[in-house]
Amino acid sequence: MERPLISIEGLARRFGDSTQPAVFEDIWFGVERGEFVCLIGHSGCGKTTILNVLAGLDQPSGGAVIVDNREIDGPSLDRAVIFQGHALLPWLTVMGNIAFAVSSRWPSWNRARVQEHARRFIELVGLKGAEAKRPAQLSGGMKQRVGIARALSIQPKMLLMDEPFSALDALTRGMLQDEVLRICADTNQTVFMITHDVDEAILLADRIVLMTNGPGARIAEIVQNTMPRDERHRNDLHRHPQYYAIRNHLVEFLVNRSRAFDQEIAGTAYDPRRVKLVKPGLAAVNPPAEIVPLTTGRRQ
Amino acid sequence: MPSLGKSLGVRAALLSLLIFAAIVALWQIAAQPVAGSGPAVDPEYAKLVGAAAATGAKSAMPTPADIGAAIWKHLADPFYVRGSNDKGIGVQLAYSLGRVLLGFGLAALVAVPLGFVIGMSPLVYRALDPFIQILKPVSPLAWMPLALYTIKDSAISSIFVIFICSVWPMLINTAFGVASVRREWLNVARTLEVGPLRTAFKVILPAAAPTIMTGMRISIGIAWLVIVAAEMLVGGTGIGYFVWNEWNNLSIANIVTAILLIGLVGLLLDQALARLAKLVTYPE
Ligand SMILES: Nc1ncnc2c1ncn2[C@@H]1O[C@H](COP(=O)(O)OP(=O)(O)OP(=O)(O)O)[C@@H](O)[C@H]1O
Ligand SMILES: [Mg+2]
Repeated sequence: MERPLISIEGLARRFGDSTQPAVFEDIWFGVERGEFVCLIGHSGCGKTTILNVLAGLDQPSGGAVIVDNREIDGPSLDRAVIFQGHALLPWLTVMGNIAFAVSSRWPSWNRARVQEHARRFIELVGLKGAEAKRPAQLSGGMKQRVGIARALSIQPKMLLMDEPFSALDALTRGMLQDEVLRICADTNQTVFMITHDVDEAILLADRIVLMTNGPGARIAEIVQNTMPRDERHRNDLHRHPQYYAIRNHLVEFLVNRSRAFDQEIAGTAYDPRRVKLVKPGLAAVNPPAEIVPLTTGRRQ
Repeated sequence: MPSLGKSLGVRAALLSLLIFAAIVALWQIAAQPVAGSGPAVDPEYAKLVGAAAATGAKSAMPTPADIGAAIWKHLADPFYVRGSNDKGIGVQLAYSLGRVLLGFGLAALVAVPLGFVIGMSPLVYRALDPFIQILKPVSPLAWMPLALYTIKDSAISSIFVIFICSVWPMLINTAFGVASVRREWLNVARTLEVGPLRTAFKVILPAAAPTIMTGMRISIGIAWLVIVAAEMLVGGTGIGYFVWNEWNNLSIANIVTAILLIGLVGLLLDQALARLAKLVTYPE
């Protein structure tokens, strides 16, 4: 059997002793090479915990993560992480934070080469001129951009992102989403991203993994984004014929089904190892006209 | 309003001057020799005071003017050496300062690496905790006889006492600072596959540096307190010995001068470490 680049197999995690309910259990899904996968679920369902296991920062209570056909046993420079709380080192400047990552990736590089490389990524996220600032002098959005630049600067094989755009205003978010999309396309990057934002998922993801509420959270189904990448543009996403069908499906899941998923599958043949792949976009004939898009300032 | 801050500073300075003047005035009045004061001297006290006071010829209490003269005399020539029992106050202070810095430096060399190990390992933390808890509250001077007995050298013994009193705050603060480094910063290092040594120097040390510096500031303050007492016990040289010697001579003016200088040096030490601490603190 051909495995995807990242393969999550029967993952479970419980905190405390075995009498405690698992945060999630029997989680199976994969991320193909070059694919962009988003994970959506309510707050507290265990998304960050899954990402920490993928990053190698946390040990699962059960199951395994197979990357490149090898079970992971710790963090790796191949898997860059963008943390939910940006996690910048406050005593270093913007340049210092990124240079720390760059010199960890290429220990033999001299200072000038490290700084030159770091500068490229500072410019990429639009922070030119802020190199000498400390994190405390930056806005929340700027800090998150430094975190993104740090992750991209080590040119990883995989990007693991935990709500990387959540603290940004709509304009910056859009700009950075485009930037991340471009970089991922250029470098054929494999991305696993957590988000709360349905529109962001539709814009960025090739597949969207839906997670039910915890405790005992599971993967309900996986939504295939049938809108081709080159037809997804921030400014007229909502004009795409498939948009509302996909969006409504996701919102319907978050609002109703994520809570009552156990009842939904009661008596049906739910197989956690092979969750349903649904394509709500293809079912779309006429998008319901009465629904007003929640574009939150994305239309300029 | 900036003018408020400025005027507050000016007013505070004026008030300070006023308080100073009041102290000097009260002192002047109190130091006047009182006519017909009875020679009722407590025998215990007389023993402590020694020969000079036992004669009780004139009030030993100097006036502010006497103090001023004494300070002037000492500051005019602080570094003279006329025999082993007659050295300038600057020389004595330098002896004390040297001992404090040596003892403190040695303590830092031991406490910071050891604190690192303790902070990194919950096992070592628990294992060493009872020892630290018992030894920490012991007055450093209680070590003096043990030090004199084992080391058999009074100079080194006083350095050892400084060492022992400086070691605890630095050890405890380093361990605490290292143990409470934010998990997410360590995770950054882990995802970048940074080795343990580089993590220690590039992440844990800078993260814990403000806490470590606070420990050092506490340590140097305690060391400066203890050195005076240690030198009174051990004798020979140093500002503590100087104070004790002047007490035997009943030269209160010299003692007051020494007190003021001890305070001043203590202030400078504290400020120097505060400066260093400021260099390593980071806003979050
Ligand atoms: N170290 C821990 N010890 C105990 N419980 C934990 C720990 N970390 C997370 N949890 C619990 O696991 C659950 C999932 O947490 P997690 O941070 O993964 O949620 P999340 O889906 O990322 O939420 P959000 O969207 O708010 O970031 C929560 O109920 C949380 O209380
Ligand atoms: Mg989270």
